[in-house]
Amino acid sequence: MKSRIAIAIRLSLVTLLLVGVVYPLAVTGIAALIFPDQARGSLVTTADGAVVGSALIGQEFTSDQYFHSRPSQGGYDGTASGPSNLGPLSRDLRAAVSERVRAVRELEDLAPAVPVPADLVCASASGLDPHISPEAAALQAPRVAVARNMRVEEVMRLVEAHTEPATFGFLGQKRVNVLLLNIALDDAAQPR
Amino acid sequence: MWSFLVLSVAVLGVVTLLTRPLGAYLTAVFSGERSARSRLIAPLERIVYRLCRITPDHEMDWAGYVSSLIVFNAVSGALLYGLIRLQGYLPLNQSGVAGQDALTAFNTVVSFVTNTNWQAYSGESGASTLSQMTGLTWQNFISAATGIAVMVALTRGMARSKTRHIGNAWVDITRAVLYVLLPISLALSLVFVAQGAIQNLGAGTVITTLESDTQTIPGGPVASQEAIKVLGTNGGGYFGANSAHPFENPTPLTNALQVIAMLAIPAGLTNMFGRFVGDHRQGWTLFAAMLILFCLSLTGMYVAERAGNPVLEQAGAAQHAYSGSASGNMEGKETRLGVGDSVLYATSTTAVSCGAVVAAHDSLTPLAGGLAMLNIMLGEVVFGGVGVGLAGMFLFALLAVFIAGLMVGRTPEYLGKKIGSREIQLTILAVLAVSGTVLIGAGTAALTPSALDALLGSGPHGLSEMLYAFASGAGNNGSAFGGLDAATPFYAAAIGIAMLLGRYLFIIPVLGIAGSFAQKKAAEESAGTFPTHGALFVTLLVGTVLIVGALTFFPALSLGPILEHFLMQAGTVL
Repeated sequence: MKSRIAIAIRLSLVTLLLVGVVYPLAVTGIAALIFPDQARGSLVTTADGAVVGSALIGQEFTSDQYFHSRPSQGGYDGTASGPSNLGPLSRDLRAAVSERVRAVRELEDLAPAVPVPADLVCASASGLDPHISPEAAALQAPRVAVARNMRVEEVMRLVEAHTEPATFGFLGQKRVNVLLLNIALDDAAQPR
Repeated sequence: MWSFLVLSVAVLGVVTLLTRPLGAYLTAVFSGERSARSRLIAPLERIVYRLCRITPDHEMDWAGYVSSLIVFNAVSGALLYGLIRLQGYLPLNQSGVAGQDALTAFNTVVSFVTNTNWQAYSGESGASTLSQMTGLTWQNFISAATGIAVMVALTRGMARSKTRHIGNAWVDITRAVLYVLLPISLALSLVFVAQGAIQNLGAGTVITTLESDTQTIPGGPVASQEAIKVLGTNGGGYFGANSAHPFENPTPLTNALQVIAMLAIPAGLTNMFGRFVGDHRQGWTLFAAMLILFCLSLTGMYVAERAGNPVLEQAGAAQHAYSGSASGNMEGKETRLGVGDSVLYATSTTAVSCGAVVAAHDSLTPLAGGLAMLNIMLGEVVFGGVGVGLAGMFLFALLAVFIAGLMVGRTPEYLGKKIGSREIQLTILAVLAVSGTVLIGAGTAALTPSALDALLGSGPHGLSEMLYAFASGAGNNGSAFGGLDAATPFYAAAIGIAMLLGRYLFIIPVLGIAGSFAQKKAAEESAGTFPTHGALFVTLLVGTVLIVGALTFFPALSLGPILEHFLMQAGTVL
């Protein structure tokens, strides 16, 4: 038994060193060499050189000039990720979604027959979802166009340019990156 | 619909294609063939043996094997305990995380040592970079290696006869880490980084958003932990949101790769089993039973989630207003993944004992959440956790043979070995220990006021949260109906105990069976032998798994997810 414990201690320390120190540091080193941008968090810089976020982490938008992101349990706090965890029959879930639907209808000035896509009023799993569905983007385009004095077609052209297809046609969903789209809107507004 | 079908066929197809080569490789590694020992790794293996003073050709009997595993788990657990208690004083703690309190640390240690990765703390605020990188990543490797070692020893027990020896636990653990887990994790983590998973030692970047708010873009060595998290069916996320977090699982491609990584080793082990016992068909039979159960569960979950949640519809959310395949219940799901990719992940993570999540399981529609729970309750034998999943399926195969033997009046035999009362007793002990822990644990919680206060859901959903928690703990899964507050003292202690019981009251009987079969002489196959391969046995095996699981858990499930489903149909909110 004594020798068993001794081996266990030594094997613990050796594996700790190998897979707990050498392995992650090796991955960190290689990643920094060959994928430096991704390893640091895919940071996005605007034309004037300011870092305004990460292409993979969603942000909260409230201005009429911008497309809005999905509801987030943590309010897009980068240090508090997570879902609402509300059960499917939860009264709180129904109340929260009803309120969001009402707010969207009012903001976008929707006719009663126009549906509100579910992703725009349901909280994401991460609380940091960077995307909305193309349907949720199309719904917002007229309001953004009015606020920016642009034609709806121009805004929609940007939306389409920022719509990513499903990978290989079957992995994942068609989606629009909200931050990148909003940056493109700002860029389009600037005189060249 | 079509893209989901293509996705499922593609992912399961890749897993099936990998099964044979992986099985061949695992066989070579664990039987110590020279061909498997690459020039790069073999010298490292020898250094490990020399440093640890391990005599590689010294074989152990089952008691020696199991006590080595337990001593190793205990010692490494004690080291981890020290690390996370003292993390506040140790380096690489940029965000100033304090040491975990004794009870939370106990829960965390048990959780990572038993390959559960239930998290009573949140990744962002409960563990320092050092704890995550050195402590938790390390345990991800060695707890997975422990699981693989159990299956390798069991396989040897079936393949050998008239010996007490079932291998050397130190050698099996070392080889599982060096030849299997480490090289694949290295490659996988770099693919994850290429796709956008982060890998740095920084504290994160504080930025000013377009609307002039500040936001912290987190940092950390995430990709390296992510790779072994899925490959070792561990499941503990670097961040609270686990694999839903864009820095853990940035694209639909990484999502599919994570599913493949979860399923690959458990599937490959079935093939290794067949090779060791000298009959490939035996491995493919177990594989087929697993695949059938997987597809049943996947289909059910997809149909339920795709139909959506009437409560959301009542609230005015249009769940089917999409041109693509995004429609369905989107509460607690990511846009890039939608319903289909999330459901594939949810089925996989509960079928194997991974426990990583890309969608909020608590917000799944009742039957989908119930199926996730059922996958865990069936014993996670559908591919299952690395090693222990196949060991569980092996026990069901023993039961199936035993039941068939009773029906037709033959002496039950599996792979030429007579099944005696000792093996059946140990099998029943293993099956009962896990399911007993789940039901008694959830029952106790239902009678404890502080445990009920920690729930987010009410009515049948509250029961589901408790059932899921204990199933996840005892089954060493680690995913959760996240509304339940796992950090409360009752759950920190009770789930900690459930994880220990579920792990060791399973491993000990399994290795006992391995030792007992190793001593038996394999009889030649005769006309009277009940064949344990082919469609008939697959059917029998699937039936055994479903009947044992259903009989044990149906009453509890009918008060939880099934009742909730009918309430949903009736338009009730709780």
